[in-house]
Amino acid sequence: MAPAAAVNVAQAGLWGDVGRQLRRSPQFLIGTAVIAVLALMALVPQLFTRIDPRQCDLARSRRPPSAEAWFGYDVQGCDYYANVIYGARSSISVGLIVVGGALVIALVLGAIAGFWPGWRDNVIARVADVFYGMPFILGAIIILYQFDERGVLQVALALLLLTWMTPMRLVRASVVAIRDSDYVQAARALGATDLRIITRHILPNALAPVLVYATITIGVVISAEATLSFLGVGLRLPAISWGLMIGEAQNYVRTSLHLLLFPGAFLVVTVLSFISVGDALRDALDPKMR
Amino acid sequence: MSRYIARRLLLAIPVLIGASFFIFFLVYALPGDPVRALAGDRPLAPGVIAELRERYNLDDPVFVQYLKYVGGLLQGDLGIDFSGRPVSETIAQRIPVTAQLALTALVIEAVIGLIAGIVAGIRRGSYLDNLVLVSTTFLVSIPVFVLGFTLQYFLGVQIPLFPISGTNEGLYSYLLPGFVLATASMAYVARLLRTSLAENLRNDYVRTARAKGLPERMVIGKHTLRNSLIAVVTFIGADFGTLMGGAIVTEGVFNLPGVGRAVFDAVRSQEGTVVVGITTFLIFVYIFFNLVADVLYAALDPRIRYE
Amino acid sequence: MNLPLTEPGAADGAPGDHLLEVDGLSVEFRTDHGTVRAVRDVSWHLDKGETLAILGESGSGKSVSAQAIMGILDSPPARITSGEIRFNGTDLLTLPAEEQRAMRGEQVSMVFQDALSALNPVFTVGSQIAEMFRVHRGTSKKEAMDKAAELMDRVRIPGARNRVKDHPHQFSGGMRQRVMIAMALALDPAVIIADEPTTALDVTVQAQIIDLLLDLQRENGMGIVLITHDLGVVAETADRVGVMYAGRIVETGSIEEVFSRPAHPYTAGLMNSIPRVDQIGSRLSPIVGSPPSLAAIPVGCAFHPRCPRAVDLCRSEDPRLVEVGPGRRSACHFAKDVLDA
Repeated sequence: MAPAAAVNVAQAGLWGDVGRQLRRSPQFLIGTAVIAVLALMALVPQLFTRIDPRQCDLARSRRPPSAEAWFGYDVQGCDYYANVIYGARSSISVGLIVVGGALVIALVLGAIAGFWPGWRDNVIARVADVFYGMPFILGAIIILYQFDERGVLQVALALLLLTWMTPMRLVRASVVAIRDSDYVQAARALGATDLRIITRHILPNALAPVLVYATITIGVVISAEATLSFLGVGLRLPAISWGLMIGEAQNYVRTSLHLLLFPGAFLVVTVLSFISVGDALRDALDPKMR
Repeated sequence: MSRYIARRLLLAIPVLIGASFFIFFLVYALPGDPVRALAGDRPLAPGVIAELRERYNLDDPVFVQYLKYVGGLLQGDLGIDFSGRPVSETIAQRIPVTAQLALTALVIEAVIGLIAGIVAGIRRGSYLDNLVLVSTTFLVSIPVFVLGFTLQYFLGVQIPLFPISGTNEGLYSYLLPGFVLATASMAYVARLLRTSLAENLRNDYVRTARAKGLPERMVIGKHTLRNSLIAVVTFIGADFGTLMGGAIVTEGVFNLPGVGRAVFDAVRSQEGTVVVGITTFLIFVYIFFNLVADVLYAALDPRIRYE
Repeated sequence: MNLPLTEPGAADGAPGDHLLEVDGLSVEFRTDHGTVRAVRDVSWHLDKGETLAILGESGSGKSVSAQAIMGILDSPPARITSGEIRFNGTDLLTLPAEEQRAMRGEQVSMVFQDALSALNPVFTVGSQIAEMFRVHRGTSKKEAMDKAAELMDRVRIPGARNRVKDHPHQFSGGMRQRVMIAMALALDPAVIIADEPTTALDVTVQAQIIDLLLDLQRENGMGIVLITHDLGVVAETADRVGVMYAGRIVETGSIEEVFSRPAHPYTAGLMNSIPRVDQIGSRLSPIVGSPPSLAAIPVGCAFHPRCPRAVDLCRSEDPRLVEVGPGRRSACHFAKDVLDA
């Protein structure tokens, strides 16, 4: 297994360099810090607020921010800060489910397509072409319109159907690039099985481009969820989602700007964090692209 | 070139069939009552239901339904709304607004994106380059509806520079919505051109151009830029289709009476046939402009043109 | 290392005596991993109507010195640290950038190795040739295209008139190289620098391109600097040769003399590594080892790790390029011994 060992050393060297560069990148550091806070917010919102987001009083409808309610109250008279905090969960969940699911599909289909060229590769490529034919939001509108219930899972499923193709192509390209390399040939000669070659040699090499793609895509998916919920084809009340809040706010923007501003700012910062971290990862992994 | 285009057209056929089948399958062939899905929670009179079943051939076998569906699509039949009006009529009436919005966005995207991309690409690492990098990251991170409402509030309400709704002021009404619709693509154009310029500047023919004694502005402005523009112009061509689709959100925010606004309103009034009909139309517009981009690419790159 | 490696006046004669003189040229590349000294104190000269071959392996600095002369080094990272490049007595390096640019193509032009990548894929070959007239002479579009067609005819591209509107990828490798030559020739320059002009071509096409260059030289008396690693090409075409090793010129002289009686062990090694008709049956003896990385040039004589004659002196002191005979120089402590061997 000497050649494989050499590759692993090279990989370790690459990741060491990457780590060093990332530690010096402010956009990476700030981005990951924000993502960590958001993750905590999604997991245990009670850490950030004691108030129940669904405890509402119409008498307080659309009151502006004050000392007792930092972000003011929404149309129903619910505490807006608590709502915004609880909104992180839908965004992060949809983002993680879609990208996680897309990666699983991508790894399986990409490895199949790349490792066994021929009809499998062709079928997968043509199916991917069809899904590429669907623009993201439009495709999701059509798909989501068929569900009676629209929760996090349904929205995630719709977006997943339109997301898996690019990471699949990335995995496939990595597999093709490495399939015939000397060290994979050597491993094969030493009796390694196809499965072992895929998991031990090929997938680690696909990791870098897929990681960059995945991070950026979480941001894109979160933005898409908010857009769909805003349009009225995504999450529905009583779900708490930044997109829904902005949809509710749209008729009151002139008088109650806070209803737009707070969920909008959280949404932008969230998307920006994932995209910046992805950008920083790409710069670190592929210095010549910068 | 004709061989290349023929090949592209052939490749588009399975995509078109696949997309139409996918939409058909979702809307009409999934378990559950399609009429109810299209109507949403609205109660429908039995007469209307019967008319819809008849209209969408729901009592035929699935395969026949699909063929009839595609046959209808080919004749421009995108269904009817609840008042019995063909969706295609709504589209025909409203498409000029959407097209004008998309065109405005396209011009804004091209002008700003190209300038930013050139500046960043030839002065890498400079202050302006970093400004372009930071602002493009920021622009792609703001969802269109958030940016729309924010600009509408600050540039329409607070400082009333632009109309906040409708198309009463002609071309001027399209400027702010056009800009909002263009932002993500604009950032993409800038990034694409920046990367492409930097790559092409390393090519041998750039060295040749310098060895020929060409002034630097020609080395970059003619020899390098012409090569980089192939990818960028191709993207912009395809993007017209994306922008038409993106108009759903922008027209919703700015209340422009285009096809996007029709979808936006139909979602609210739960008129599923209109949502599905217009969205289907916009998906085909998107696929069509991807094809246009392929042809554009062939026309711009002589290596393909004479294949 | 601060001692000049070359005797003063190694360019032979007073400044201005020659068409093109390179005098003490050094080029460095600054990289993240240290400084690479790609060209070290290189001097040579070229006269009107003459062909000078610069012979060396890849990485010997021959192409970098050509780019330095053309003023098309990628800087940064490349930087000319010392030397003069005199064209008709004027130092090109001290000229204002705009005047330097005007000289390119007009007085000194260049033919590159791989015409496919050196020509711009999106413009017609005619317009790329015509550009020379348009930019330097302000010729009208139509006239410039006519002249481009004439030039393509002159470099013997069949059916030139009908091919001006074709793009580079529509030509064969040999025809593309002819287009490059036509472009270099457009303004009747005094010097053409040809950087491995035949390396990318088939052997039969190589001979045609070399013949073409020599014919054109006979017609307008231009000087040619031929940069190559191919001993055969050098033997066929050049009047004089400069042999480069690890960024330095290690030997110069006329073709006949250098080929028959090399004065540097590296040249001698090169000569022994080619098969010769008059020595059929004798064994070839290639030079052992491989050329050094320019980032880690050996102390002393750069060739010493591969040199059969190396002694302690060679490991400590880099020999200067000194005259070893009329018009001949060598940078070896034992040049006389090598010469007499």
